[in-house]
Amino acid sequence: MSDSPIAVEQHGPELLHHFVDAEQQRDAATLGMWLFLATEIMFFGGMFCAYLIYRFWYYDEFAAGSRSLDITLGTINTAVLICSSLTVALGVRAAQMGKRKLLVILLSLTIVFGLAFLGIKGAEWYDKYTEHHIPGNSFNVDDLVRNYPQLHIDPRHEQIYFSLYFAMTGLHALHMIIGVGLFVFLTYYAWKGRYTPKYYTPVEMGGLYWHFVDIVWIYLFPLLYLIDRHR
Amino acid sequence: MATVAISAEREHYLNKEYGIRSWLLTTDHKRIALLYLISITFFFFVGGFFALLIRLELLTPAGDLVQADTYNKLFTMHGQVMIFFFLIPSIPAVLGNFLVPLMIGAKDLAFPRINLLSWYLYVIAGVIYVHCILTGGVDTGWTFYTPFSTAFSNTRVIEAGIAIFIAGFSSILTGLNFVVTIHRMRAPGMTWSRLPLFIWAHYATSIIQLLGTPVLAITLLLVVFERAFNLGIFDPTRGGDPLLFQHLFWFYSHPAVYIMILPAMAVESEVVACFTRKRIFGYNFVAMSSIAIAVFGFLVWAHHMFVAGISLYSALIFSILSYLVAVPSAIKVFNWTATMYKGSISFTTPMLYAFGFIGLFTMGGLTGLFLACLGVDVHVHDTYFVIAHFHYIMVGGAVMGYLGGMHFWWPKISGRMYPESWGRLAALLVFAGFNLTFFPQFILGYMGMPRRYWQYPPEFQVLNVLSTAGSTILAVGYVLPMIYFLWSMRYGKIAPDNPWGAAGLEWKTTSPPPTFNFEEAPEVTWEAYNYEEIPAPAEVSVER
Amino acid sequence: MFDNFPLWPVRASAGAGNIDALYIFLVALSALMCAAIFTMILVFATKYRQRRGVEAEQIEGSSALEITWSIIPLGIFMVIFLWGAVIYFHERTPPQGASEVYVVAKQWMWKLQHQEGQREINELHVPVGRDVRLIMTSQDVIHSFYVPAFRIKQDVLPGRYTTAWFRATKPGVYHLFCSQYCGTMHSGMIGQVVVMEPAQYQAWLSGGGTTGSLAASGESLFQQLGCPTCHRSDTQGRGPNLVGIFGKPVQLEDGRTVVADENYIRESILSPSAKIVSGFKPIMPVFQGLVGEEQLNALVAYIKSLSPAPSGAAGKPSPAPVGTSSQNPKE
Repeated sequence: MSDSPIAVEQHGPELLHHFVDAEQQRDAATLGMWLFLATEIMFFGGMFCAYLIYRFWYYDEFAAGSRSLDITLGTINTAVLICSSLTVALGVRAAQMGKRKLLVILLSLTIVFGLAFLGIKGAEWYDKYTEHHIPGNSFNVDDLVRNYPQLHIDPRHEQIYFSLYFAMTGLHALHMIIGVGLFVFLTYYAWKGRYTPKYYTPVEMGGLYWHFVDIVWIYLFPLLYLIDRHR
Repeated sequence: MATVAISAEREHYLNKEYGIRSWLLTTDHKRIALLYLISITFFFFVGGFFALLIRLELLTPAGDLVQADTYNKLFTMHGQVMIFFFLIPSIPAVLGNFLVPLMIGAKDLAFPRINLLSWYLYVIAGVIYVHCILTGGVDTGWTFYTPFSTAFSNTRVIEAGIAIFIAGFSSILTGLNFVVTIHRMRAPGMTWSRLPLFIWAHYATSIIQLLGTPVLAITLLLVVFERAFNLGIFDPTRGGDPLLFQHLFWFYSHPAVYIMILPAMAVESEVVACFTRKRIFGYNFVAMSSIAIAVFGFLVWAHHMFVAGISLYSALIFSILSYLVAVPSAIKVFNWTATMYKGSISFTTPMLYAFGFIGLFTMGGLTGLFLACLGVDVHVHDTYFVIAHFHYIMVGGAVMGYLGGMHFWWPKISGRMYPESWGRLAALLVFAGFNLTFFPQFILGYMGMPRRYWQYPPEFQVLNVLSTAGSTILAVGYVLPMIYFLWSMRYGKIAPDNPWGAAGLEWKTTSPPPTFNFEEAPEVTWEAYNYEEIPAPAEVSVER
Repeated sequence: MFDNFPLWPVRASAGAGNIDALYIFLVALSALMCAAIFTMILVFATKYRQRRGVEAEQIEGSSALEITWSIIPLGIFMVIFLWGAVIYFHERTPPQGASEVYVVAKQWMWKLQHQEGQREINELHVPVGRDVRLIMTSQDVIHSFYVPAFRIKQDVLPGRYTTAWFRATKPGVYHLFCSQYCGTMHSGMIGQVVVMEPAQYQAWLSGGGTTGSLAASGESLFQQLGCPTCHRSDTQGRGPNLVGIFGKPVQLEDGRTVVADENYIRESILSPSAKIVSGFKPIMPVFQGLVGEEQLNALVAYIKSLSPAPSGAAGKPSPAPVGTSSQNPKE
């Protein structure tokens, strides 16, 4: 009636009843997460597509906008995220090896890095606010026109650059916030001892998600911050 | 749901637990399918109500029933409700959810809780959209073209955009669940080549849902941002390109039409096989054509933009690709027809819907050739010709597929038989009403009547009146099944495990199935559609 | 067609016949396909209906049949594609020497300006037998210029020009529809195209009060706005000499070469820094917000008149850089 004879075996509470065995459950979770990341690629892809088109049309405005971003903060953020991916990867390994305390530390560090990233991003956005670079009624790029006389800047097209800047970094930050939330849960359950060498799938899946968000940033950073910097 | 009349001794998924909590917190794919059934039926009638108002207004050339702004909201919301809240979920979320695990011999989908989440997301989206309707509605056309939607419309665009955005996630999660389930949860012996064609088509549909819907999500989000935060990505006065919106929008919305039709083709294959008592002719080709449609479907989006201002060369490329995508659909129609050759055909309600599907889908598909043709499209684009074309496919095709499937699997789902003669009557009414409603619109379109017109020149009236007359018949045809399906749950004949003598794992378990689908995990040692081994059932009894 | 139950609009343009021919071919083809499939289904349903003691014959399939019924339709589709493509190519390539009408669409009316200076609202008078090229833009949202009797349709966009052309072949009055949903009175944005015999058209032209040809009003605007200060008709000006440039390639200071068509001229007025001519400084002021669409049309017409070649030499404007809409639509 309920579980078929095959599924009645010794297994922990993590094995969900509709799976035949733990391996099937893990395979399903892994495939599911990769497919979800594929959808995320399509999601960000729409914005990247818009970015590429407008950059081709309004190169000078994109160059000026890019130069107005703080490259130091951007680089620090990139380093922060790469470190966080390291802690995540090490965390998965810790889970594989059953090292609960180490896992908790690494997951917590990841959260710290994530929050650092968000904090720095917030500071950057605040800078944009004080510089009147947020699209809308108080948008003003006279400073850019003044600072970059060699670039032909049409303020209206400049708004497009900053619209894309805020949309792309904003959605990325939203994904970071979700990631941090996920990792809070992971850390809590790790501390409770839920993850063992036999069952650490959530850590692995969380790790995949985090790596993805990191990779999106690796694309965003040069595309937004590093236009025309060689000149 | 009272199921007192069903044999009380046997436990199954409907009577295992009672109470609203057991339904709202269920993770049983079959119960979730029924939750979806209730919600999409609700939206079907909301969208249908808007359609009736539209057809009533169009009885006369003057705008005399509602105001222009109201009419613009009516056609917008009719489209959005029908597409996003009815058609896209319909077959996958109801029949797919119910049948995919059963057909492959699994106990549930891979992610039952995500399945429930997808229903809740759908409901939340639906509530937001209903709120949008009740607080003023939206009038941008279902296509949200910019800059009208971003800078000129005074209606609740943000709310509608957010609702559809959330509904999109429901769709993505359903697709995700199906792909993982089909890959990882097939019973021993259920190889890819033994899968029912229903599964192949749902697999293809799910790929589209996964890869296409996110693009709609970001597009709508950008429109919402533009309205809410005054960004300028699509604003021509700031250097934005309204055509960029169209490309992004259609990149999803064209594959979306394949999300809507592939599941109906899935049903068609199962029904035709059963009521010709034969394996579908050309199984491999039909299976592969589903995949081909999914792939090619992503390559043709700008055939919606031939007069939008794209370059001549773009237009040529998209036109030729559109002809390529027509081929796999044609292959399916030929294969279903060939299946009937030397079959043993019975004319049950599902089979009547199946016949109707082939006829109407063929007509709708052929008129797609007109639209893919650059020279003709310039004349008929944005006219009633297009409206007729897509209604032939989506209503004559997808909705008839849905209804046929509901009738076919109703015994399995509810444990009851629906009354057969009423079923046949409804099918005929739907077929007749549909043709009367939409065939005149082809002529209207070529005569030049543009779409989205609240008022029109008097020479178009006769055809409009015919169309409205048809819609009333169609409405009756749709209301009937609602009534007799409900009736059957209490008074219908008790259904045996396999009333149709159909092939497929779902028919090897009880009607209704137990919560975990099978008493014993199945092991498959036979090919799909092994009708030579299955005896035909006795004559289907005709209920009062 | 059939007077009491027409299946298509009257054919009033040179291209209409070709399109109807292709349409009728497609209708016949579809009817044939439907007849074939429906007949087969009917025959099979009757002949192979369920009968006691008669089993269905399990047939796996036939690769030969599959390939045949894939290749043949594909072949037919290619024929349809080519036929349609040829028609479309012709539709999108206005002939040389076409006379021009500037169209400005706005919610919810059509404003038209003839070269000769006539202005019309929701009506377009044209002589029979003359090639007419429409140069169109929108003041606000996307509209679409649709004349069923001519079988032409073209979306009209804000921020750039799009074009369409036709040659009317039959005097009469024909519907003009807006066929891209544009808001409340989208269905009220209806007008008519009045096709007249040439003599009548001349009479109509000289009848109305006009302020001179479009190019002439463009010239006076050119003077008013101070353009000749820099755009002198010699090589001493701070801006390029505009005589004879229309339709010719222009070398830009970033190395690119573009053709000076309508969209180029429009962009140069509204967003001058986008393309700087080689050898000149980016000092031209921005006229966005200072000139309306109709004034822009007049300026474009004037600059075209400075070139000896017949108008329409460029064929069609190249895909326009956007962002050159002359008004803020939120007003």
